[in-house]
Amino acid sequence: MASFKPTKVQVLPKLGEKVTEDTLYWRNYKSPVQMKEFGAVKKIDFSPLPPHNYAVTASTRVHIYGPHSQEPIQSFTRFRDTAYCGTFRGDGKLLVTGSEEGLIRLFDVSGRVALRQFSGHSKAVRVTSFLSDGLRVVSGSDDMTCRVWDIPSGAELKTFTEHTDYVRALAPSKLNPDLFVTGSYDHTVKMFDMRSGSSLLTMQHGYPVECVLLYPSEALLVSTGGRYVKIWDLLKGGQELVSLKNHHKTVTCACLSTVDNKLLTGSLDRHIKVYNSSYKVVHDFDYDTSILSMAIAPHDEVIAVGMTNGVLSVRHRKHKKVNETLTSRRRRGPSYRVFVKGKNFVPRQDDFLVSKPVKEYLQKHDKQLKSFEVSKALDTALQIWGRTNKPEVTVAVIMEINRRGTLKNALAGRDEQSLSKILNFVLKHIFDPRFSQPMIMVGDIIVDLYKEVIPQSPSVERLLQRLMDVLGGETELQHELLQVLGILDTLFASLTPRKEVAALAAPPVDQGSQLQAA
Amino acid sequence: MVEKSDIRVVRCGGSKINLRPSVFSTDSRFVLCASGDSVKVYSTRTEECLHSLQGHTNQVTGITLNPANHLQVYSCSADGTVKLWDFIDGILIKTFIIGYPVFAICVSEKHEGIIFLQLSMATNSKSECLQLVAVHLPKSAEQEVEAKELSAVCSHISSNPSCTALGRGGEFIAFARHLQLNVYFFRKQKTYSFSLQATDKKGAKNAFTCVACHPTDDCIATGHEDGKIRLWRNFNQKKEYTYSTLHWHHNAVNTLCFTPEGTHLLSGGIESVLVQWKYGADNKKELLPRLGGAILHIAASSDGQLFCTSHSDNKLTVIESNFKVCGVIQGLVKGDDVLTDLMIDPRSKALVLNGRPGHLQFYSLLRDKHLYNLDIVQQEYIYEAGLDQFEVVKAVFDIKGSWLATVEERGRKSSDLEFFLKLWAYDEKTQSFVLNTTITAAHTDRIISMCFSSSEETTMLVTTAEDGQFKAWCQGADADTQQDQNFWSCDFVGSYHNLKPTNCSFSADSSLLAVSFQEVITIWSPETWEMLTTLCQPPGEIRDLCFGRLSCSKYLLSTTNRNLCCWNLLTCALEWSTSVEVSKLQPDPLSENVAAFSYQSKHTDLFVFKPSEPRPLFTHKNVCSEKVHRAVFVPQEEPLNNCDESSQWLNRSQLYFLTQNMDLLTFNQATEEDRMLSSSKRLVIDDSVAVTPFYLLLGKHRQQQQNLNTPSYTGADKPQQPQGSATIKELLHTPAHVLPAASVLCSMFVNSLLISKTGVREEMESSEQEMDSEKEEEESEEEMEACDSQQELRAQGSVDEVTPKLSKAQEKELKRVRKTDFSWMAGLIDSKP
Repeated sequence: MASFKPTKVQVLPKLGEKVTEDTLYWRNYKSPVQMKEFGAVKKIDFSPLPPHNYAVTASTRVHIYGPHSQEPIQSFTRFRDTAYCGTFRGDGKLLVTGSEEGLIRLFDVSGRVALRQFSGHSKAVRVTSFLSDGLRVVSGSDDMTCRVWDIPSGAELKTFTEHTDYVRALAPSKLNPDLFVTGSYDHTVKMFDMRSGSSLLTMQHGYPVECVLLYPSEALLVSTGGRYVKIWDLLKGGQELVSLKNHHKTVTCACLSTVDNKLLTGSLDRHIKVYNSSYKVVHDFDYDTSILSMAIAPHDEVIAVGMTNGVLSVRHRKHKKVNETLTSRRRRGPSYRVFVKGKNFVPRQDDFLVSKPVKEYLQKHDKQLKSFEVSKALDTALQIWGRTNKPEVTVAVIMEINRRGTLKNALAGRDEQSLSKILNFVLKHIFDPRFSQPMIMVGDIIVDLYKEVIPQSPSVERLLQRLMDVLGGETELQHELLQVLGILDTLFASLTPRKEVAALAAPPVDQGSQLQAA
Repeated sequence: MVEKSDIRVVRCGGSKINLRPSVFSTDSRFVLCASGDSVKVYSTRTEECLHSLQGHTNQVTGITLNPANHLQVYSCSADGTVKLWDFIDGILIKTFIIGYPVFAICVSEKHEGIIFLQLSMATNSKSECLQLVAVHLPKSAEQEVEAKELSAVCSHISSNPSCTALGRGGEFIAFARHLQLNVYFFRKQKTYSFSLQATDKKGAKNAFTCVACHPTDDCIATGHEDGKIRLWRNFNQKKEYTYSTLHWHHNAVNTLCFTPEGTHLLSGGIESVLVQWKYGADNKKELLPRLGGAILHIAASSDGQLFCTSHSDNKLTVIESNFKVCGVIQGLVKGDDVLTDLMIDPRSKALVLNGRPGHLQFYSLLRDKHLYNLDIVQQEYIYEAGLDQFEVVKAVFDIKGSWLATVEERGRKSSDLEFFLKLWAYDEKTQSFVLNTTITAAHTDRIISMCFSSSEETTMLVTTAEDGQFKAWCQGADADTQQDQNFWSCDFVGSYHNLKPTNCSFSADSSLLAVSFQEVITIWSPETWEMLTTLCQPPGEIRDLCFGRLSCSKYLLSTTNRNLCCWNLLTCALEWSTSVEVSKLQPDPLSENVAAFSYQSKHTDLFVFKPSEPRPLFTHKNVCSEKVHRAVFVPQEEPLNNCDESSQWLNRSQLYFLTQNMDLLTFNQATEEDRMLSSSKRLVIDDSVAVTPFYLLLGKHRQQQQNLNTPSYTGADKPQQPQGSATIKELLHTPAHVLPAASVLCSMFVNSLLISKTGVREEMESSEQEMDSEKEEEESEEEMEACDSQQELRAQGSVDEVTPKLSKAQEKELKRVRKTDFSWMAGLIDSKP
């Protein structure tokens, strides 16, 4: 006599996005805090010193926010025109800004008035930064020059005029105080050396360069511009390593996470993409409007993003709290010891072992299926769904009942309450492609069984009406999808050269549901 | 022509054992059942087949114990004879020639010398009606007797033998047909008939399906099509009969059986539940569910301790009276159709095909024994008529036997098709297949064919489906899932002009994959998944596709419904083609040979050929009259060395095939068959361990020694002792795993060698001598010293049994020899690996 085989619950793969460690890591942020600035947020820079305040440059101000503050703790407002590129020095004590009128101002973080003012650029200074010795400031301007300034004397040390268009990107080397990289709208990225006074490397990005970024090792360089993100190998003399095209609008900013050096890029298409070490997109943040600037705090604690509509969005990392209070409040069940009592006893060598057949415990719905009580089994399965909110077991029971040819019996003779429970279940899961087949079947049978008595119950009628609406919407959607597929097919057919074998698997399209009878 | 007669078609094994109810011997140690054209005797305790009573030339249609001698059994057959056997020794005692095909037999104690047979109505043999005939068995000493005294008892009885039953020790006979129950009283010579309405208001279907009579009471139980059981009483009057109804079954009651005391009634049907009703207390019942296939027959032993149910999946289940299953005798399960191909498990060399619903069965062809079932579907099977459930439709092994791919399918008839592709890995520890991967939506339509790559290093599975695609599956190809790389995932999807693929095949070194798309063969390279070439066929959809092996690996064979074509893959040109309709093309994995079954003008011919030359090596016309769709080459146990050209193809492997009537046939050489027969006879002797002294020895030691460390020294490497006693023979012929420990056997073995020098004269043993020996044993035990170990004592006893006739002096001498220390010998044996 064979034993009863319990219902097999299919382990179906979750569709859509795959959950990897990266997604878990990047998803582990609190919902964003939004702050309104006076104009488009052009630049965000984190102070290297804890508590890692950050400077936000927007319109004619530079605000400094604390890591958790909603209000600026400090602001520099003495600009006559738009300020650009508020950047901290390596010790976090000085801040340099460019401005529309062509002046470069140097601030003490704790003070208000500019310590130094470097004038010499004839047009707006879009990018400024400190060289890594902290004694010199480098700036790039719309007058197509890059200049290096001496902080103690306030004198201009050198001017580089190799670019032929606006200089809009700048990255000083952290390892060598004489090196910095600039990107310009003339589609080139150049590396300059203060000692030689000219560019060492020139890389053709192919689009106006919006942002350049050096990896901490400084062997790799990232440049963004147009829709492209390009990685250059500096040790190989500026050879292009990869070219990424994951955004569909201009990529405006890039930064590196401090954990594992993951590359993040933000774009006007409202997305921030996170790449892994092999430059595959592993995560995607979605924002309301086009992104202009982005910065990430050490240890990835905070992600601050500035947008064109002047909104500064700040996400903080979630930390696991040890919620002891919760566990202590709950009544503790029997301890683990009780359950394993005697189970882990190891017989000695000369013990005579009498093996007892392992008793198989069946789930409640299996017990009911075993005694052919299909209606009750369906009820139990629906209860499981209500408890765990997981449809797998319930669907498995429905499939099993259908296999036994008694699904109609199980669904028949129900009152309003239990029927609406089933209908709710159907409504919730009918569009999950894993479960839509049995759900459509259940819906069909319900409509068949109860079509005479449906008007008697307004609640069931409402549910069925909703079911009909969503199904109608879904079929329309499928129609449109099919149309798009058809368009794409013709496009592909006209684009690709004639090949013998089309090894292309069209994505499976759910058949429109036939439940129009209601 | 002389050569051709050498090789012939032989039916091999796997016959039905569930056609007729089985019969218990009076001591319920044996159960007998009709199996094809022989009667098989199984032990109820070990489930081993002890004898096969062979002699009939057609299907055995009934067996029953001889009421006069409980060690004899009557068997009747469609060849028109009734035979009387001694089933303990397996000897044919007598043959009664009836002259007409016999369909059932029954006997009773009250009618001595008479057997009741069911013959077809003489006038119109086509009709379903049978007649019951009483036959007086002539008493003569001859082996073959013609029984001429036939007298018809009643006519127009149902062709279902379970609709006829002798009642109350033979006072009356009850037989039912359609809606009528007739009872014929032998003494009164009168028939009473009772009829029922065909249907009633509630929609019951009242047709009779089976009849059983109470052994002591005046009561007849009848089973009906709607699952009701009626108990009829007072049926010896025309008018005042009564009946009561029992209802549990929801489908037709297939069989009914009263226990010998008449305290219980057993019933069974398609639900595969054995129901035991308490006689008298009508609604008290016990159920034993999930026995296997539908219950066809129930038999009870004469002491009422054991029941035996026959199931539709060719199985006998032995059940104790407390409703515990104590034994299962399983034959080769043959459903209506073999959906999977015939396959050979590369490890066990067992024949694999789908058996019980949702299972694959492994069947040893050599021993004609069912090995085990592999549960593929792993779902509760509901025994209900007309229910569409999962069936295993495809299965393939890879070349090493470490992977098995199966496809199970449901809802082929209705529109909503469900199917799963499953991959099973062989587990060395449990010695069976373990589920590795389940692929729920492998294709969008049903899978037509699949094959594993034939290389040893990497395994790859290719499936073709009706959705116009073929897919290649690899182990752990999906890099994104960073789990164990043991799981299978899709590697490549290919299609060709949206045509429906029909078949796929890997070349011998798996460097090429051929996929046929209706009329076109495409050749792919599995490394790069590049299509190398297409071969366009003469018109006709391609059925079979196979690459040549070994020296012919450059050839690709394909069949359509009209042609057999051979392509040369080096030149990509058609090498040769012939116009035959080939229903099955089967390559031999061990040689270049390919077997082709062709169906022409209502019979099937076999051609065996090498792809390199179109001339067949061997032809066999008229193999059978049906189409052959399933065939398989089974590797020979040891290669034969025929140098004869026409029989050379049988050297490495043997060809088995399955006809549409589900007969498993094979090609065999005459000499080969003799060898098989002799080996089977030897096996039979080995199995009858019941009465040998060795068995006694084993039985005594069983309680003492649970953990037998099986000694291997009785292996065949020892030369036979020329003057070996029966014990030595027994010892050497018994498989090592049933022997007790070496320490037990050692002294006995040595002793028996010694004795054989002094007294070899006795070979034969009778039961009387055994009795004597037991007395001697007692004497010797008195003489034994207390220090002797228990084990030695027992060993001694058995030795004495073997050589009972010894003089006292000889015995003394022997004992002296025995007491000498033989422990050095034991040490020697232990040291042996």
